[in-house]
Amino acid sequence: MPDQHAHDYEDPLAAGNIGMGSSDVIAPGHTFGSVTDKISSIVLTQRTSIGWYLGFLTAGSLAILLLISLAYLSVKGIGIWGNNIPVGWAFDITNFVWWIGIGHAGTLISAILLLLKQSWRTSINRFAEAMTLFAVACAGIFPLFHTGRPWLAYWLLPYPNTMGVWPQFRSPLVWDVFAVSTYATVSALFWFVGLVPDLATLRDRSQSRAGRMIYGMLALGWRGSARHWYRYETAYLLLAGIATPLVVSVHTVVSFDFAIAIVPGWHTTIFPPYFVAGAIYSGFAMVLTLAIPIRAVYGLQDFITLRHLQNMAKVMLVTGLIVAYGYTVEAFIAWYGGNAYEGFMIWNRTTGPYAPFYWALITCNVIVPQVLWFRRVRTNVAALFMLSLIVNVGMWLERFIIIVTSLHRDFMPSAWGLYRATFWDYSTFIGTIGLFLTLLFLFVRFLPMISIFEMRTLVPEAKVEHEI
Amino acid sequence: MATSRHQPVYGLMAEFEDPNQLVAAAHRAREAGYRRMDAYSPLPIEELHEAIGFHDTKLPLIVLIGGLVGCLSGYLLQFWVSTMAYPLNVGGKPLHSWPAFIPVTFECTILGAALAAVLGMLALNGLPQPYHPVFNVARFALASRNRFFLCIEARDKKFELAETRRFLEALEPREVTVVAD
Repeated sequence: MPDQHAHDYEDPLAAGNIGMGSSDVIAPGHTFGSVTDKISSIVLTQRTSIGWYLGFLTAGSLAILLLISLAYLSVKGIGIWGNNIPVGWAFDITNFVWWIGIGHAGTLISAILLLLKQSWRTSINRFAEAMTLFAVACAGIFPLFHTGRPWLAYWLLPYPNTMGVWPQFRSPLVWDVFAVSTYATVSALFWFVGLVPDLATLRDRSQSRAGRMIYGMLALGWRGSARHWYRYETAYLLLAGIATPLVVSVHTVVSFDFAIAIVPGWHTTIFPPYFVAGAIYSGFAMVLTLAIPIRAVYGLQDFITLRHLQNMAKVMLVTGLIVAYGYTVEAFIAWYGGNAYEGFMIWNRTTGPYAPFYWALITCNVIVPQVLWFRRVRTNVAALFMLSLIVNVGMWLERFIIIVTSLHRDFMPSAWGLYRATFWDYSTFIGTIGLFLTLLFLFVRFLPMISIFEMRTLVPEAKVEHEI
Repeated sequence: MATSRHQPVYGLMAEFEDPNQLVAAAHRAREAGYRRMDAYSPLPIEELHEAIGFHDTKLPLIVLIGGLVGCLSGYLLQFWVSTMAYPLNVGGKPLHSWPAFIPVTFECTILGAALAAVLGMLALNGLPQPYHPVFNVARFALASRNRFFLCIEARDKKFELAETRRFLEALEPREVTVVAD
């Protein structure tokens, strides 16, 4: 695979312009028309490949496994999972934090990189945002079903009720409800607003009546008026400005779920920054996991170039180092703080029953990603793909270690216990991966996975010379 | 004016091949005294709204108000619930323990501002709007692909079908079309 794309990198236009500029974030020779046709043809004219059907079938089957698991849970109760006192939170909250974290890269790419004027974000922001939305949907399932009575989940919301009770606003779990639901809403708005001009393109280019009707309705009558564009750009920029503090706040609030409690291993001030960095780390890993096969299958190497993969690898390297710093500080404070329970927690984490997972986490998240210092690795597509999978595993292990090893040794040895995952723990987790991929397959088939109008702005002719 | 009363004409539309031509044409139309016009492009062009003489700064204000409404209602809700509707002593903390109310207040601020940004943008743009006369031009479908359009509307005081057509043709467009209303 790397040889196939080597020409992208050795292209004289691209090589001469490594710094800023836009010529290397899109292959030379593209026009407004070719960009439009290339991206919209994936949705409108290309035949749906056998591979798509097979992938959709596999992902869909896993999503059905999720439905079965959740239905069985609703009937039997959460006893079908392995969590039990003292380990009251296990796979469910691990998976919740993992999915929410994955979502963060989407918002980071679409909002923060927009504010920083990083034009390379353009070709990856659309599906990174879709990834955010689907990841948040998967995340939401876990706390919802962990309540055991998901049909009463609306009790979490403040509303006047005949019971005369209200939520406890001093609890981080209630903050979490607000943070995650706001995040889901804003991500959906941001994604939809970004889609509107492209939906208009699909409406105008669709050959079928159904396509024109459906895309036409979704496009809201967008006609590309200069007045509309002006307000649109203002709104988009403001949304980016609003989403930036939001994305930081969401994982901060998620980390409060732990940090506000007095459990050794959770009660740590490093948690908010280290959770946010970890979220971005895992999110970029997931973007790479998805982008690398998608660009190969749909032939999008012109738009998602090696420069994109390199930049994402660099972001992973930096956030990985921040996460490594977090692990170090946790261990250091446990020793330096002199608290017996904190000291025991770290000793137990590194040598106790879950020690193999801890060392696997250190290997996946800290040791292996150091190969990203080498340019040869950052430009090797296959290596990046493998590495992104390793980091995904590592970040899942991180949340598992934080939650399970901190809980399973309570303050009193009489309250110690061990957690073992059951079939239903695994089936629910794998089921959400199925749901995530199902949604992604549908998205890739029915919506433009790269923002067409933003790609047009990267075409050289889009520059207007000032002449008045 | 007279023409527009008898024939249902929305305006005259000129088609250009690149953004530079469109911006230049919009400038020329304004210099020629036309005011009621709009430009259509498949991508946002920074210079274009100035070229057609359009300024609007309402949206940021709407977003600010949305944010403030979210912020205040979030905080007041928690204040009212915690001190009046359902006062609970949690760990001896004061009933009005404001630091604990900050995260929810913050999230409500964000939610209010984001909703105001999206709904405000759509409302000011008059969207969703299923029908618009410009869609009557067959080639306008290319406005979402690679063509750039300038439409001088019939309600402009200076609009005169023949005269305006001559003016637009002098701008060297690909073609000029009458937009039926």
